[in-house]
Amino acid sequence: MTKTAERLHEVAVPPIQAPTPAGDRRRRRLADQARAHGFLLGGLLCFALFSWYPAIRAVVIAFQKYTPGSDPEWVGTANFTRVWHDPEFAAAWRNTFTFTLLALLIGFAIPFVMALVLNELRHAKAFFRVVVYLPVMIPPVVSALLWKWFYDPGAGLANEALRLLHLPTSNWSNGTDTALVSLVIVATWATMGGTVLIYLAALQSIPGELYEAAELDGANLLQRIRHVTIPQTRFAILMLMLLQIIATMQVFTEPFVITGGGPENATVTVLYLIYKYAFLYNDFGGACALSVMLLLLLGAFSAGYLRLTRSAEGDLG
Amino acid sequence: MTTRTLISPAALARPRGKAVYWTVLTSVVVLFALAFLFPVYWMVTGAMKSPDEVARTPPTLVPERWHLGGYQDAWQLMQLPQHLWNTVVQAAGAWAFQLVLCTAAAYALSRLNPAFGKVILGGILATLMVPAQALVVPKYLTVADLGLLNDPLAIWLPAVANAFNLYLLKRFFDQLPRDVLEAAEIDGAGKLRVLWSIVLPLSRPVLGVVSIFALVAVWQDFLWPLMVFSDTDKQPIGVALVQLSQNIQLTVLIAAMVIASIPMVALFLVFQRHIVAGISAGGTKG
Repeated sequence: MTKTAERLHEVAVPPIQAPTPAGDRRRRRLADQARAHGFLLGGLLCFALFSWYPAIRAVVIAFQKYTPGSDPEWVGTANFTRVWHDPEFAAAWRNTFTFTLLALLIGFAIPFVMALVLNELRHAKAFFRVVVYLPVMIPPVVSALLWKWFYDPGAGLANEALRLLHLPTSNWSNGTDTALVSLVIVATWATMGGTVLIYLAALQSIPGELYEAAELDGANLLQRIRHVTIPQTRFAILMLMLLQIIATMQVFTEPFVITGGGPENATVTVLYLIYKYAFLYNDFGGACALSVMLLLLLGAFSAGYLRLTRSAEGDLG
Repeated sequence: MTTRTLISPAALARPRGKAVYWTVLTSVVVLFALAFLFPVYWMVTGAMKSPDEVARTPPTLVPERWHLGGYQDAWQLMQLPQHLWNTVVQAAGAWAFQLVLCTAAAYALSRLNPAFGKVILGGILATLMVPAQALVVPKYLTVADLGLLNDPLAIWLPAVANAFNLYLLKRFFDQLPRDVLEAAEIDGAGKLRVLWSIVLPLSRPVLGVVSIFALVAVWQDFLWPLMVFSDTDKQPIGVALVQLSQNIQLTVLIAAMVIASIPMVALFLVFQRHIVAGISAGGTKG
């Protein structure tokens, strides 16, 4: 027999005791799968325990009377109606929406203009970027305590500055009308660095020829901003806006530290109310009912944000 | 020469343009110094004033006499070493857990084709739509059920469930050259060996970004540690500051605020170039 024939024979009649190629492949695939899921295990367990399960649990407890240590009791929509009729409920949502709106007007317009100006400056670039981001690195609790001290009606810096300019002093965080704006100023001061840096990066990606062409067409400064800068950075603007809305809807540290929700509930936010229901009233059902409402609203914004980044990237997973 | 921006170089070169430019530059420098540096200066020097001087109107711009007593009192009376240590332990542990478990999971999802990988990734990405703060109450109940209250594990384990960092890692691993990894496998390297000796050394930039995000997130978080650490001795510095702020002398509190800010600000000043570049790059790409 020739060697080729021998080989043919072997292929045609495989020895019985050797594993079949198909079985071999299957076993290898099983081992690969076991290894892959071994790598995944730790991370997935954390997601399951601290992300997926709590999301489901929030919805379940929202329909229960829940006190840690005793058996939960189904109560239908009682939690929702109780929370709904709480006078603080309307105040909390009104404050949260006002806070978000003011944060968009103040906390978005200022960094936007600042980035526009910084992009034109050719000196001290590193200085500006470091200084504007410095407050972001200060712990939020410290920023809040610091501004609480500035807003002090006695020796506070804020009123001192007004006196220096011969302006009437303000109650700042202690006045029912001014408390919320005062908190927005703190939040803006503490977080605008990130917005400025991201928007600056977007501004730098605008091709210079567009400005040149606009100028040749006789467009003045404001027209160039309107017809070149804003359309060219529209994606960054929209993304930063959505991120800011999502972040400010969850505001907690500033009202908790600076005003304690007062004066007269002027600064109680939804998240603060959730905290109060759980840890002051020991009413976890009510806290979860509120959480579910906040979740649905924020989920809608987040979905918008994800869709936006996804369409910009053109790929996902 | 940088690329052309809103204002043309020609307009800037004219005498009037030059004058406007330098006026704007000077005012922005002054504005930034007043808005961002002066509050920090006020805090650092306020802690060195006497209790009497700090409450005075109009305030003094420079302390009459420099007291370091505020800082000493804060360090001792407020047990700052204990709280700083707690914060370091919580941040370092969260960083280590996140780096190990998120990297392993991202590597599996990117390179090992696990069964149901798409579903799992979808489930992870879906959590991006659920802002963390909105789930603190049920998360707190879960941690309580597991007996992890007042335990640093209450910070470490939930920190791993960070879809943003995991996705950042996965996307980076996806872009690594396939042939390099395959060559290593042909040479007989196991999956763990490939991860350790090939993937991780190639992934230094993304690991740096994830590390900074992980550390800053723990150091800056307030609501979650406030909920899970009712035991004063276990509290991180942020929570302890708020709890103690009611019954402590103002200068001592301000000194404690300065001390609490130092670690992150120092980290930022050391790595500022990387951090600023990372935020600028990360932001536009989502």
